[in-house]
Amino acid sequence: MAQTETVQPKEALLVRCWNWLTETQIWTSVFRHAAPINDRNRVLVMLSNVFLHLHPVRLKKHGVRLRYTWCMGGLSFFLFLVLTFTGLLLMFYYRPTLEYAYSDIVGLREHVPLGIMREMHRWGAHAMVITVWLHMFRVFMTGSYKPPREFNWNIGVIMLVLTLLLSFTGYLLPWDQLAIWAITVGSNMARATPFLGHEGPGAALLALGDVQLIHAADDARFALLGGTFVGEGALLRFYVLHCVGLPLVIGFLMAVHFWRVRKDGGISGPL
Amino acid sequence: MDLIKAFINLFADPRLFFVMSVVALAVIVWKRELFSKDAVGYGMLGFLAVFFGFGLFDENFRLIVVKPDNVPIVALIFLVVFFTWYSIREGVLNDRRIAAGDDPIEKQESDRVWVWPDLVYTELIALILCTAILIVWSVGLEAPLEQPANPANTPNPSKAPWYFLGLQEMLVYFDPWLAGVVLPSLIIVGLMAIPYVDTNPKGNGYYTFRERKVEITIFLFGFLVLWSSLIVLGTFLRGPNWNFFGPFEYWDIHKLEPLTNVQLSDFIWVRMLGQPLPEHWFIREVFGIILTLAYVAVLPPLLARMFRRYYEKLGATRFYVTAMLFLMMLSLPVKMLTRWIFNLKYVVSIPEFFFNI
Ligand code: HEM
Repeated sequence: MAQTETVQPKEALLVRCWNWLTETQIWTSVFRHAAPINDRNRVLVMLSNVFLHLHPVRLKKHGVRLRYTWCMGGLSFFLFLVLTFTGLLLMFYYRPTLEYAYSDIVGLREHVPLGIMREMHRWGAHAMVITVWLHMFRVFMTGSYKPPREFNWNIGVIMLVLTLLLSFTGYLLPWDQLAIWAITVGSNMARATPFLGHEGPGAALLALGDVQLIHAADDARFALLGGTFVGEGALLRFYVLHCVGLPLVIGFLMAVHFWRVRKDGGISGPL
Repeated sequence: MDLIKAFINLFADPRLFFVMSVVALAVIVWKRELFSKDAVGYGMLGFLAVFFGFGLFDENFRLIVVKPDNVPIVALIFLVVFFTWYSIREGVLNDRRIAAGDDPIEKQESDRVWVWPDLVYTELIALILCTAILIVWSVGLEAPLEQPANPANTPNPSKAPWYFLGLQEMLVYFDPWLAGVVLPSLIIVGLMAIPYVDTNPKGNGYYTFRERKVEITIFLFGFLVLWSSLIVLGTFLRGPNWNFFGPFEYWDIHKLEPLTNVQLSDFIWVRMLGQPLPEHWFIREVFGIILTLAYVAVLPPLLARMFRRYYEKLGATRFYVTAMLFLMMLSLPVKMLTRWIFNLKYVVSIPEFFFNI
């Protein structure tokens, strides 16, 4: 009687390479567990990855559907990241002074190979304004601002305003005709702020004896522009707000927003 | 062809434009069963596509629509139309389910799924699509760069960035302190107040129309009629000197529009009472002041009386806050109508204090 022998089929080369790779110390130091193809690892991947852990491990089915969220919140966030990245690249080239601002943008357009950073940044910004509006629209239409999510709706409204302000401050930076006149039209409004603008109702009442407290060189518009017209001061002020101040604040609020989405019981749904 | 264009130019007049958008909203809300049919949704998108496609053959139309910074608004028109249709449709479908004794679809789908892979992959695909669109858009359309800034040379028209054009359009009817400062602040306050004044516990976490008729109608009025449509108007239909131009009309700098607007004080003192304007501003404006005070102080209690049911449901504070915000929102259409019908410029006009309403 011949002896029967079990022969292990030889593993294919790629499989062996893969097995070797995933057992190296380098690999195992990065990935703490095997691919998320079974339930245990689907939990682990969510818990051990800092980016994924914004999500819960499991979710109600309707909340995953595009039909419900339109993915507009997620896309707003993604566009914000794109804008941060492209904006950073733009900052390498751009100097916010009357002397250089315009010519740096011209240079960017003419000398940088495959230069679509400025386009990505500008169209991305327009797109983000639109996605944030649509996100708000969807949150309204699903009634998701109702308790317990009132506070998160409010965070959202503030971020909506910040998104518009980011867009507005960025609009000035190319320092062309389009830019300064759009900002001039926009910021002229501040002149008419009640009490705080020098052409606003009530401002004349704020006087010490004969001395007007509110005039063109210290009113709300001056504070916005760092000057009495859209000039050097405004450019610097808008630049700093656009590149540092506002992104910091909105980034901070996004963290709160996402945290609250989770803490308010995950994506909304019928009770 | 020219006849059609002339016809459309005529219809895009701000007055007709506004009235038509109000009527459209009313029809959407009233005939929502019909509106939510697939054929209507795709039909509207198709119609828009044909309209813009056909319009591009016209030089004047092309000039404003393909201006790089205006392209997003074309996209916005399509998106807003689509998502309005879509969310109403989902609401109507759920209303039908509820009427038949079922749960809304969101409830039926409340079993849990794994975030990996179900959600993570959806996100990944959305993200890739978004990147692809953005790259194509960026390669295809160069960001605008005009002449270097020149404070001595004011372009005509001077427009704010597109997302503020609804506010700039308000400047036609209100002074900057209202259109540029007070009303925008009230928009923000109003949005923030929504969760606190809306006490309706229904419709939380699913699409519905029937359970939230009033809320949704008011919101759509603000978002579609007052915000989005005024942006479209301000972008495409306002030319030099902020004059109105039809979509197929040439932006002629010399177009003159007769300005025959009058103040309320003129109306009453000069035309009705046949007297010269009184010297003192208070006497001169006393009728306007009374009207304005009535609007903000007498109307809300009157509304409370008329809408007893809401008053009791919401309680005094919520009701008055809501009524106030609502009246502020309506002040724009009120001012528009009085302008169009009576050529009224200001209700109260005290230039001495920069105080015009
Ligand atoms: C900078 C802009 C914003 C970003 C990046 C953002 C991001 C997100 C994300 C990722 C979600 C998860 C669900 C989803 O994708 O729909 C979410 C939910 C939510 N957002 Fe925003 N959001 C922004 C602005 C807003 C605005 C303007 C509002 C409202 C005025 C708002 C109110 C809410 C609420 C109430 C939820 C919970 C919705 C639910 O549970 O169904 N957010 N947001």
